[in-house]
Amino acid sequence: MSKTPLQFRHNGRDVAIFVDGGTNLLVALRELIGDMTPKFGCGQGGCGTCSVLIDGELHLSCLTLAETVAGRSVETLDGMKQGPNLHPLQRAFADAFAAQCGYCTPGMLMAARALLDRNPSPSRAEVVEAISGNICRCTGYESIINAILAASGGRASA
Amino acid sequence: MTRHRGRGMASINYPIGMNLGGDPSQALVHSNPSGKFTVALSSIDLGQGMKSVTRQICAETLGVPVEDVYVDTADSDTGPHCMGSFASRGTHRVGNAVMAAAREARGVMMEAAAEELEVNAADLETDGRGNIHVKGAPHRSISTKDVAIAAQFKQGKTISGRGIFLVPLSNVDPETGEMSPATCYAHACLVAEVEVDDETGEVEMVRMDSAYELGRALNPRLVEQQLVGGAWMGISHALYETPEPYYPDPVHGPRDFVEYLMPGPGDICPHDIAVLERPAPDGPFGAKGPGEMCANPVLPAVANAIFNAVGVRIDELPITPERVLRAIKAQGGARPQARR
Repeated sequence: MSKTPLQFRHNGRDVAIFVDGGTNLLVALRELIGDMTPKFGCGQGGCGTCSVLIDGELHLSCLTLAETVAGRSVETLDGMKQGPNLHPLQRAFADAFAAQCGYCTPGMLMAARALLDRNPSPSRAEVVEAISGNICRCTGYESIINAILAASGGRASA
Repeated sequence: MTRHRGRGMASINYPIGMNLGGDPSQALVHSNPSGKFTVALSSIDLGQGMKSVTRQICAETLGVPVEDVYVDTADSDTGPHCMGSFASRGTHRVGNAVMAAAREARGVMMEAAAEELEVNAADLETDGRGNIHVKGAPHRSISTKDVAIAAQFKQGKTISGRGIFLVPLSNVDPETGEMSPATCYAHACLVAEVEVDDETGEVEMVRMDSAYELGRALNPRLVEQQLVGGAWMGISHALYETPEPYYPDPVHGPRDFVEYLMPGPGDICPHDIAVLERPAPDGPFGAKGPGEMCANPVLPAVANAIFNAVGVRIDELPITPERVLRAIKAQGGARPQARR
């Protein structure tokens, strides 16, 4: 199969790769670029752990054809911390014990970031809505919701 | 259509560990010339906090800062034998093994320090900040780092320790059927409040209140995390999850995460937890371990709450809207029970 050249911005940096037709963005990021922060969960768009931002919008990278991001900006968890400093959301997740096994965490953080970028002080219901496409098997969601509310400056309440 | 509130309770008596041919775990502890310690285990940390808790246990036993201990887990090729991370056994079994290993390593460390300070090892104590000094004379002091260097390069000693914790196999008495499969039990009581819709059969969690007696909580935040997350899994087993909804017919079985139902972030409810600490006599620093018991009481408590709400006794899991509706129909309508 012939390969297609593909250029896009990855966490603010221009990248150029060659992809097979039909390659999804998750595979392109993990195997061709080496960014392992988007996780492979179900590969069917059912779990949310592969979530990334494309031009600031939340997308499931496992269901996104890699070629469709040509010339666009893709952001992953790898680009979230600023130098040695954790992003406020990452810090809030750590403080709230919002991760146990950690497999859902990259997707949760990206979903949370997409939310706070468009709505800096969401209500609890809006936070719940924003992470409803992401499955967590460990935490029971409560600590994740609280972490996002804390990072937004909102009050974490039960 | 009416939504009925109901409240149900369940209590559990939960054994820590298991009894299949005995239940052993081993640990090895050694110091590096830097004065830092490594704990070698084959036990797995799946995120439940095994590394954090064994690190705390090792540091506390050695008398060194927790930062000075590194826990290396999960390579069964190179680590000492462990039965595994299951049966809620990690904190109790592995913790005890780590404690034994750290105690032996501490003995060597104190001997090596005694040689350097030219005193009797029995007269020494650790300050928990990385120093060993003569009791009552803190100026007669040596750092664990200097002790480790002296042991390695001068005295030719390994500051190390071996630990095993074994709960031996308890056979069934052929005459009486009696056995003692566990040495340590944790306890819990949980009250669940639900709202049942008698037109759709849907059950909504309103709130949970629970009390857990699990020995000493060595890391209270991790314990809380385990109890909150585990209760979610209990709700999930009680009301949502099944791979074979029409067992044994696989038709309509879920094929992916979209069809395999679990409560989402919008389906949870407030959960107030009281942790009661009654140290276990044979636990490391009195710990038992919350493990799997965090999910167990939720299932019977929810089933009881549904009975309290609409008067139907459902004994098949999960308690789906379909099962609730069929049961309500079979008894000719919802029959709310007395609220207590």
